[in-house]
Amino acid sequence: MNSAPAQEFLRRAAERAADLTHRQMLRAGMDHYQANFAKGRGRFADWEAARQRCHEIKWEGVNHLDKYLLEFEARVKERGGRVFWAENSEEARNYVVNLAASRGVRRVVKSKSMVTEEIHLSPALEKAGMEVFETDLGEFIVQLRNEPPYHIVMPAMHLTHAQIAKLFHEKLSDVAGDDPVSLVAAARQALRRAFFSAEMGISGANFLVADSGLVAITTNEGNGRLCVSLPRIQVAVTGIEKVIPRLRDLAVLWPTLATAGTGQAITTYNTLVGGPRRPGEPDGPEEFHVILLDNGRSELLADAEQRDVLYCIRCGACLNTCPVFRAIGGHSYGTTYPGPIGSVLAPHLRGPEFAHLSYASSLCGACTDICPVKVDLHHHLLHNRRNAVNAGRGRFGERLGFKLWRWAMAGARRFELVGGVVRATLRALYALGLEGTALDPARAWTRNHAAPAIPRASFRKLWREKNGAR
Amino acid sequence: MARRATLFIPCFVDQLGPQIGQDTARVLQRIGWEVEFRPEQTCCGQPAFNSGYWNEAAPVAERLVRVLRSAEVVVCPSGSCTTMVRHFYPELLAGSPVHAEAVELGQRVFELAEFLVKIAQVTDVGAEFPHRVTYHDSCHALRELRLKEEPRELLRHVRGLELVEMGYAEECCGFGGTFSTKFAMISASMGDSKAENIEASGAEYVTAADSSCLLHIEGMLRRRNSRTRTIHIASILAQEAR
Repeated sequence: MNSAPAQEFLRRAAERAADLTHRQMLRAGMDHYQANFAKGRGRFADWEAARQRCHEIKWEGVNHLDKYLLEFEARVKERGGRVFWAENSEEARNYVVNLAASRGVRRVVKSKSMVTEEIHLSPALEKAGMEVFETDLGEFIVQLRNEPPYHIVMPAMHLTHAQIAKLFHEKLSDVAGDDPVSLVAAARQALRRAFFSAEMGISGANFLVADSGLVAITTNEGNGRLCVSLPRIQVAVTGIEKVIPRLRDLAVLWPTLATAGTGQAITTYNTLVGGPRRPGEPDGPEEFHVILLDNGRSELLADAEQRDVLYCIRCGACLNTCPVFRAIGGHSYGTTYPGPIGSVLAPHLRGPEFAHLSYASSLCGACTDICPVKVDLHHHLLHNRRNAVNAGRGRFGERLGFKLWRWAMAGARRFELVGGVVRATLRALYALGLEGTALDPARAWTRNHAAPAIPRASFRKLWREKNGAR
Repeated sequence: MARRATLFIPCFVDQLGPQIGQDTARVLQRIGWEVEFRPEQTCCGQPAFNSGYWNEAAPVAERLVRVLRSAEVVVCPSGSCTTMVRHFYPELLAGSPVHAEAVELGQRVFELAEFLVKIAQVTDVGAEFPHRVTYHDSCHALRELRLKEEPRELLRHVRGLELVEMGYAEECCGFGGTFSTKFAMISASMGDSKAENIEASGAEYVTAADSSCLLHIEGMLRRRNSRTRTIHIASILAQEAR
């Protein structure tokens, strides 16, 4: 809890939590989502059965990664595609940068991909002298602002229409007006130029289909489809956990992902990408590369207790329903993946100095209830806490505190004695008007709360007086 | 059936809300159950468990299992502590000599409203409380024990009580145990949203299954100089009909 990321988090979160404009903006966005989600869920004959089925499909994929990844790789190669296994961010980044450099790429178009955020791909390409265009509208906006996405699915949801208008007037040419139609037209024009001149298109993957060697990409703007059909070199960068056994599994995964993500019955564009142009085909890319990224996922796979975290399909539903996310927003987390899934993942992907995020939760369980693949999110926050303590990362004062607590709770007389002393102390202090001052041992509480009335007698004492020993 | 219930009084109810414990006993007695309290009980272990100190939590949990081992039915005025025993003891006490007993105890311990409606099968406990009341769904009662209708059913049968629903009744109040002090600003922001929704409902009282949530909510409401008061559901159900 003392790590630099923890201190940064506390600072940013406190600032955001007190920002009422921010709170209203988030509330409005999330209300909109909740209404759409409720409508979408209502379209399912049995939403719970769909969740269960998706859970089972991902269970099968993740628990047989060894089989399905190899099957996927074999199918991709059969069609002339290439597969690169990257152990970490650096390997994945280097592969893409070297590929782009060796093919003389000057311009890259990207469709939305959280994995490329995770490995910081764009800065690496830019450093190598290439121009990178995010083509998802939200991502395009945050790229112009030079900031990370705010949300997994809605990267620019924190910005107002006015902020975006101002940004576009500063950064783009041919912005006709401030209305949404003109703004979108301006972005579209800039992006079309990029699409038609880029030599390389980079996408993520929503699913990797093992039995057919296809990469499934889901977007609402059609930008993903353009990224994987126009440039002559195509690259899909994805985590190894995205593999699913069969093409027909998409029949339930696609609508469930769409509903959990935005409340849609089905996302507007669902694209299956298969490989480079083959002899006799009229068009298609010259090269097709899939980068399978591990980056800590194998270790999560080895953790039987938390393996289901790998089922995540990055729909963002847990963020939308999380009261902590609603209070502090996406940028406070300081991680690629914000919200409950990010807090669970952080110590695994980023290391133990990110354990604080597992404590930054009231454990309300709303995330687990909404998760379309039934990841046991809030219980994993508890597991992360236990793991942190067992690794000796608990603060000294807290460790000592719980040792004392254990001693006090080990006998009813001790409990009564300690409780009595604490109550008498607080009663005396509060009678003197010292509530919330430096002398108040419950200051951590009374700083933000009016102090409760402290009763003179405990329940057990009252019970004894009335009923005798029992 | 024995019709004898053993009380499981959470440590903070014992120390900070003794009235809630007494009211729980009163309700059970009024519907014809004999009530016992075993003063050897202390805490269920949840504070340490939730903070990651499972080695400290386990002996405290084992102690409670031993204290309650011979009880036929256990009733607890807290969704959270009931959840601890029913859902988390099996995991916390894996490998413990009392593991099997703990699992079994989880099937015999009930949150008050759950007990009244599902076990005693009573929805009218003969109470009167002529006020406008809103019910806050505390997270453990709602999402771990799946209690949504039971407390409302009981409240609807209280004479003179007008039950009104607040917006976002299912959203966490922001208490979360040590979360409320470790991340005080986030917790306060969540509590503030909750208080806003409570006030907007027009209720005179906000009630819940957990006194921990209510302690937090009360602290937030009073900081806002709100006129809405907090009251535990046991204390509403214990109000005598005139």
